[in-house]
Amino acid sequence: MDVLQLAISGLANGCVYGLIALGFVLIYKATEAVNFAQGDFMMLGAFITLGLTNAEFMGLPFWISVPIAIAIMGVFGYLLDMFVLRHMFGQSQIAVVMLTIALGFVLRFVAGTIWGHEPKSLESPIAGLDVRFGGLVLGLDEVSVIVVTVLLTVVLYVFFNRTKLGVAMQAASQNQLAAYYMGIPVKRVHSMIWALAGAVAAIAGVLFASKGSIDPSTGLLGIKAFAAAVIGGFGSLPGALLGGIIVGLIEPFASYYIAAGYSQIMPYLLLFLILVFRPHGILAQIHRKKV
Amino acid sequence: MRTVFKTSYDADINLFRHGQQAAWYVALLVLAVALPFLLGTFWLGEMTNVLIWAIAGMGLMVLVGQTGQASLGHAAFLAIGCYANVLLQDPVGLPFILSFPLAGLIAGVAGTLIAMPMSRLHGIYLGIGTLALAILTDDLIVIAEPITNGVVGLIPPTITIFGIDIDRYMTPDRFYWLVLVVAIAVILIYRNLLRTPLGRSFSAVRDSEVSARAMGVNVARTKAVSFGISTAITGLAGALMGHFAGVFNNETFNLIISIQLLLMIVIGGLGTIHGAFFGAFVVALLPQAIAISRDIVGALLGGGTVAIPGLESAIFGALLILFILFEPMGIYGRWFKIRTYFELFPFYRRDMFRRQKSYLKTERMR
Amino acid sequence: MSALLEIDNVTLRFGGVTAVNEVSFSVEEGEVFALVGPNGAGKSTLFNLISRFYDPVEGDIRFAGESILSRQPHEIASLGIARTFQNIELFEHASVLQNLLVGRHRHRRGNLVTELLFTPFVRREEKRHRDAVEKVIDFLDLQAYREKTIAGLPYGVRKVVEMGRALAIEPRLLLLDEPASGLSVEETQDVAFWIEDIKKEMGITVLMVEHDMHLVSSVSDRVLALADGKMLALGTAHEVQNHPKVIEAYIGVSDVNEKVVA
Repeated sequence: MDVLQLAISGLANGCVYGLIALGFVLIYKATEAVNFAQGDFMMLGAFITLGLTNAEFMGLPFWISVPIAIAIMGVFGYLLDMFVLRHMFGQSQIAVVMLTIALGFVLRFVAGTIWGHEPKSLESPIAGLDVRFGGLVLGLDEVSVIVVTVLLTVVLYVFFNRTKLGVAMQAASQNQLAAYYMGIPVKRVHSMIWALAGAVAAIAGVLFASKGSIDPSTGLLGIKAFAAAVIGGFGSLPGALLGGIIVGLIEPFASYYIAAGYSQIMPYLLLFLILVFRPHGILAQIHRKKV
Repeated sequence: MRTVFKTSYDADINLFRHGQQAAWYVALLVLAVALPFLLGTFWLGEMTNVLIWAIAGMGLMVLVGQTGQASLGHAAFLAIGCYANVLLQDPVGLPFILSFPLAGLIAGVAGTLIAMPMSRLHGIYLGIGTLALAILTDDLIVIAEPITNGVVGLIPPTITIFGIDIDRYMTPDRFYWLVLVVAIAVILIYRNLLRTPLGRSFSAVRDSEVSARAMGVNVARTKAVSFGISTAITGLAGALMGHFAGVFNNETFNLIISIQLLLMIVIGGLGTIHGAFFGAFVVALLPQAIAISRDIVGALLGGGTVAIPGLESAIFGALLILFILFEPMGIYGRWFKIRTYFELFPFYRRDMFRRQKSYLKTERMR
Repeated sequence: MSALLEIDNVTLRFGGVTAVNEVSFSVEEGEVFALVGPNGAGKSTLFNLISRFYDPVEGDIRFAGESILSRQPHEIASLGIARTFQNIELFEHASVLQNLLVGRHRHRRGNLVTELLFTPFVRREEKRHRDAVEKVIDFLDLQAYREKTIAGLPYGVRKVVEMGRALAIEPRLLLLDEPASGLSVEETQDVAFWIEDIKKEMGITVLMVEHDMHLVSSVSDRVLALADGKMLALGTAHEVQNHPKVIEAYIGVSDVNEKVVA
């Protein structure tokens, strides 16, 4: 039973990492920008939900504040692209990385100023409850994280393959110039992608906050999620989820079977090995520059 | 405007373009040497800090600015240099004059070894690889507690060079001069790098790996050498940082320091020695600037002064965002424009330095 | 005359596409050899094979009698093979002078330590490289652009700089990938004169890919036409232009009596 319990909690953590990683990959695939602030997006989404829900702030019902938070983060992502990142067109990738790292600093400060620096818990209806499957007792929070992640994956899959906007996004990410010639408003599509990444981050934030407390530095989790994205194969959406789940599973098992101090190291050690032996991740998509 | 009439190839090879430029830098050097007589202990300490950051910045600049390889984990090499220097002095018993260059060498070798498997990685993959390295180093210091004393940390001994004691607190002026000597040595090495085939092969790798290869540049080896030089300089800075801090542990060289170092050279201006120094001034003096302005605001409002957590990095981050958006060449770029304005007065044109807008520069297909 | 470069039955496939299909030819020492053919014929791919960016599936490539297939890409320049690129691959953020000096990399004799200390030997070396580069600058009339950064230069100048950078290598064989594409008529004429001089005065063998048949027929000794990775015809420019297979490849029908005026 122990192993199963570990696996479930690892899986739940992994899903959150996977969702953040998904945000990285969404943006990277479409715009080639790497959003290092994706973890801080998640933190911000969690805090906005918390600010709307918790009694000490606005005290709205949970099920109303969640969609509002998702919408706010979506708009935030859209505006961020429109006013900041669009002007980065043509600058090197690393400049965008620096920009988003700096943005993370600013977001952490803003969140800390509004909601304080101490850990806070989201008053969520799914926190602290149990579900029973036969003899197995599982936290409702963990189960819902997994279920929501699966549902979201299905929704995203349908979105990208069945809707006009989703297909336009795919086209724009595969060949910008061609998409532009075909009449796809590439710039607007980019902003939509950022909005989508913001919304996904908000969902990840709500799920994460339901499992435990959050504080502004929670955003640094993004680094681990980023490692997950690379492990899975940067540029592949299923890879991002896979990487997230691998990292999520490795951590509890490493601390259980090796020693507590090593659970921190394992994801990065794995990342290192992956980079050395399979530099483009498990589900790699390799291109070569033509000369 | 000054026109330099060149009469030999030496004019392009020498360190200074003309006599007047040399005179300016000599004046700056005299000022730097005389600084301990002009400043109080506190500000001298701050200036020492600026110099140490500038050395670390130059180290990273070799890699990022010259070779175009981003490292998000250079704090790892600060740590390696720092621990190597102190451990070589204390349990091993070497004098500082040996442990210090050895610390640089060890950091350099470590960097080269790490670069070898990673030389295939590009842009963001290299960034995340080095990031992982910084996190691993942090954890390894804790795990290697018997040697590193874990989270408790180590206290560096007083430096003795030929019987002269140099200590950060007892003799801040001597410590400052020591740092200054190292900084000047690093500047000279950096300048030499820029004017030799080695430095040119670095920029060749930065601008086009394909054509660097066609020119006979061994790209993997060049990257490894660049990593080695960069991390050796960074290691030296780390050793000085340890002596400056007075006590250090794994937290002294955490991930934030890595990122701060990178942000610093971007703010200063990528690819130039000036940039490393400008950036170092911002990083090292920003906390003081915030403290002073807080005191002023507090005095004006008549209230007490409250420390705002995270304000420092937020201001730093905001500064960086503004620079990337409006002045991607950093403080050096702005300074260069202002200088050009006065040199060309009144013929300066606004769009003289206008950036060429290009379509998305793809880095996916390398 | 002896064969300087031998392409021996070379085949290269990308996935299911055969980019180069059993191609064999040899370039004689001292000649100008041109590769022509429609887009996607495998001309640039051949260059990339010689540069060792790709490994052929079959066949051998020999330079001065020795196979180069065991060489790393960066060793090709030191054998004496220089090249330019179809889409210009210069070092954007460096000056023209710096770009040409990178071309001297194969002649580097200093090492890490001497260079970082900038010993008198390194200074003498620098002057030697500079001398060699100045000769190229004089040859290609690049004096006005010496200190200029590549990023701000017009297209035509960049093309010339790239040729200069390849010449700075002091090669035995020069690969020119579309040296005249995008150039004006006058600029193309300059290129033709330069290629003549490169062959006659410098004694460098030239292998080039070019679409401009005027340029090809005015400078090249022999021409090889390719289509879909296969060899169509080999001979003088006149012979190749009138070869029925070549006409078919360009126009699409075999029994046309008109001459191709490309």
